[in-house]
Amino acid sequence: MAVEERDPHSGYLTTGHEWNGIKELNTPVPRPVYLFLALTALFAVVYWVLMPAWPVGRTYTKGLLGMDQRTSVTSELKQAALERSAWMKRIETEALPAIQADAGLMQRVRETGRTLFADNCAACHGREARGGPGFPDLTTSSWLWGGDPETIAETIRVGVNSAHKDSRVSQMPAFGRDKMLEPRQIEDVITYVRSLSSQPRSAPAAQVESGRDLFAANCAACHGDDAKGIGAGAPNLTDSFWLYGGDVESLRRTLTQGRQGHMPTWEARLTEAERKLLALYIVDLRRKEQP
Amino acid sequence: MYVAQLTLPERRAALALACLVAGLGLTMAVLGRDDLLGTHGALVIACGVVVAIVVMRGFYAPSPSPERLSSYYDDPTRAGIVFAMIWAIVAMAVGDWVAWLLVSPDLTFDAAWSSFGRLRPVHTSGVIFGFGGNALIATSFYVVQRTSRARLPDQVSPWFVLLGFNLFCILAASGYLMGITQSKEYAEPEWYADIWLVIVWVAYFGLYLRTLARRKEPHIYVSNWYYLAFILVVAVLHIVNNLAVPVSLGHAKSYSAFAGVQDAMTEWWYGHNAVAFFLTSGFLGMMYYFMPKRAGRPIFSYRLSIISFWGITFMYMWAGSHHLHYTALPQWVQTLGMTFSLMLLVPSWASATNALLTLNGAWHKVRDDATLRFMMTAAVFYGLTTFEGSFMAIRPVNSLSHYTDWTIGHVHAGALGWVALITFGSLYSIVPSLWGKRAMYSPRLVEVHYWLAIAGTLVYVISMWNSGIVQGLMWRTYNDSGTLAYSFVDSLVAMHPYYVMRAVGGLLFLIGTVVGAYNIWRTMRTPALAEIGDFAEAPARAAPTLAAAE
Ligand code: HEC
Ligand code: HEC
Repeated sequence: MAVEERDPHSGYLTTGHEWNGIKELNTPVPRPVYLFLALTALFAVVYWVLMPAWPVGRTYTKGLLGMDQRTSVTSELKQAALERSAWMKRIETEALPAIQADAGLMQRVRETGRTLFADNCAACHGREARGGPGFPDLTTSSWLWGGDPETIAETIRVGVNSAHKDSRVSQMPAFGRDKMLEPRQIEDVITYVRSLSSQPRSAPAAQVESGRDLFAANCAACHGDDAKGIGAGAPNLTDSFWLYGGDVESLRRTLTQGRQGHMPTWEARLTEAERKLLALYIVDLRRKEQP
Repeated sequence: MYVAQLTLPERRAALALACLVAGLGLTMAVLGRDDLLGTHGALVIACGVVVAIVVMRGFYAPSPSPERLSSYYDDPTRAGIVFAMIWAIVAMAVGDWVAWLLVSPDLTFDAAWSSFGRLRPVHTSGVIFGFGGNALIATSFYVVQRTSRARLPDQVSPWFVLLGFNLFCILAASGYLMGITQSKEYAEPEWYADIWLVIVWVAYFGLYLRTLARRKEPHIYVSNWYYLAFILVVAVLHIVNNLAVPVSLGHAKSYSAFAGVQDAMTEWWYGHNAVAFFLTSGFLGMMYYFMPKRAGRPIFSYRLSIISFWGITFMYMWAGSHHLHYTALPQWVQTLGMTFSLMLLVPSWASATNALLTLNGAWHKVRDDATLRFMMTAAVFYGLTTFEGSFMAIRPVNSLSHYTDWTIGHVHAGALGWVALITFGSLYSIVPSLWGKRAMYSPRLVEVHYWLAIAGTLVYVISMWNSGIVQGLMWRTYNDSGTLAYSFVDSLVAMHPYYVMRAVGGLLFLIGTVVGAYNIWRTMRTPALAEIGDFAEAPARAAPTLAAAE
């Protein structure tokens, strides 16, 4: 039985029902609710008329404004490229030294190179391009493949040990695992290598001598007679920069198991101008490091 | 002790069901012996066997007295509340863990199971399904009986629903840790778990309808509309979005029936309506019962309830595509998603208004009673979040907010501020009477929980708003050269302080939950009242409001 009663607080009638003590007032829907329903519905209708909105068979209503997200994003990208092209074109066409001489253009290289590097290269080379174990520091004067902008641009284009057909190829053989050297010989050569970069040595001179001979016979072909590298991927072993580490433990691993770094090719992922820009950016980094 | 309440035929049925589940587990274990499916088979066997043992141990207990039929059947509700609180602690702890993982990504200890991608769904499924789902099931049983003045039709199906649902949750969470996932957000569990949930859910729907059919009230109360919408629509969403073909019956892996942008659209139609019908509709059902009950006030407007119910039910269905603005999804679908999301604001705010105006005449209670304040604050957050949601659905706004932490902030304004607060408010209002106590063990701890929860939510949401907007702006800022001013890593570095803040906010909320669980546990353990006094929610046992069955 529905018995209506008046709520003393609000003055409204109840609906006359009760559920386990809960009642409901029969308050009319407040006006603003209808107002806002009408307003939002009106907005929706107007928006539908102007924009692509309702499906009709195999097509849809295109809207009076003729908007289409695909064409608008394409044209926006085109417009942005156009705005950049003033200086991008110059990076693309001008010779590297000419660009380097142009302070204004180099300012753009720094600005754009920073984000381009951070978005594509920082995962391996670090945000400051300082590298990490296995990934070369690009701010030093020690280069595996060469540090002039052309060579760097080429390294970026083809990569190292990458899938590119012209990829740079290099490998540090696994002398220990593949039984090319005895463990004893490896220790000797490690001692010699460490002596090259004047690291503390407590080893007897005879061991260094033996290491020197072993080096000449096994290593010089790639690392060079003076162990300073020959610009073909094998690092300079006489400086203080290490790719995998200059401590005895790391050197032992390098010599026992070999090393082969992988640097991807960027030819298909970055434009020529972008690669050139990155090469300039990297060279510029080094200039900043060593004023 | 729960088994003693079952009649002998019910005990037999329960035992048979438990054995059946163990048998299903055995089938899975045999078919999937070369796959992770086999591991899950073993888990299912274990669950079936545990339930079978529990039933067997109480099998020869004396039959329950026929008096039970003159009161409501609340055992599953009690168990559901306990499950909900356990899931809440576990899943919120995992949530805070992944928050710290974002602060320092190395916290994985080099193990696969502890990677972000595996732990995150444990958190999301754990809080949504484990905590939210159990709370919904428990309260829906409670509410439907009282608002229908009818006892649940039998004593086995509610247990089947509750335990079956928890089995699903366990399969889900343990599967993620092993790497089993469909990779669909909020629908990660694989095909066999999905099929199991369908069975459980159909039983739930049937149980609800059967109880309503026995009602002795002429009208169906609002809460029940919302609970029913929640059960029915979640079934539809779950079935459609999870249509998939398993690699074989012996493999956990399956492939979606949809591909490409259709798959994305189906997923977000599901995802957004999960927000609508799981996280909104169901909890509105809770609110419509517990809030007026606690406040001792009538619902502000029956008419407003109707408008908001149908508005929400109709308009949410269209809104999912706003999750795919500026993607491969055709623009016309995005238009519909955006416009319906805007219209949706009106019924959403109508619900929030209806709730808050219901408190007119009871604001002094809101001030004094933290339990009611939980619910009031939940309604406020519901209003804020739905406003924010409609706002973010506007395409140009979305172009800033999409893929940023703003989305995470929005979700948590809803999840912490609305879903969790309304749940805690509801649980605090029924736990004492369900366990036959006069009040919560410590009203002060309810107060402590309230402030921890509010502080945690605010810290969380504000840090994510900041983070999201900073992130969004950084991603779209150009320098003079016409190229992007910031790299992605730059934006990560900028996020770091906000991530720390968020993790702290989450921790505050988690501590609040632990305090709440402790309080509930102590309430359960305080000596029972011999005589029940005159307080708001008299236990059904002591005050049989249920008229004799026909
Ligand atoms: C997947 C990791 C990875 C990424 C990404 C990567 N590099 Fe490299 N890069 C390497 C490794 C490893 C080497 C060393 C290869 C070797 O062993 O010769 C290297 C070498 C180089 C060298 C040669 C250094 C020398 O001493 O000659 C340059 C230059 C270079 N990278 C630039 C870049 C730039 C520019 C990018 C971004 C477009 C980039 N790299 C992205 C891993 C990476
Ligand atoms: C076939 C050519 C080749 C030979 C022979 C060779 N190396 Fe190498 N070595 C390389 C290359 C290439 C690398 C760089 C590997 C990389 O970048 O991943 C390298 C790297 C190294 C490194 C690591 C440097 C660092 O910065 O961490 C050491 C040390 C080294 N070689 C020592 C030796 C010694 C000692 C021998 C002789 C026993 C030797 N190499 C023989 C090609 C060679």
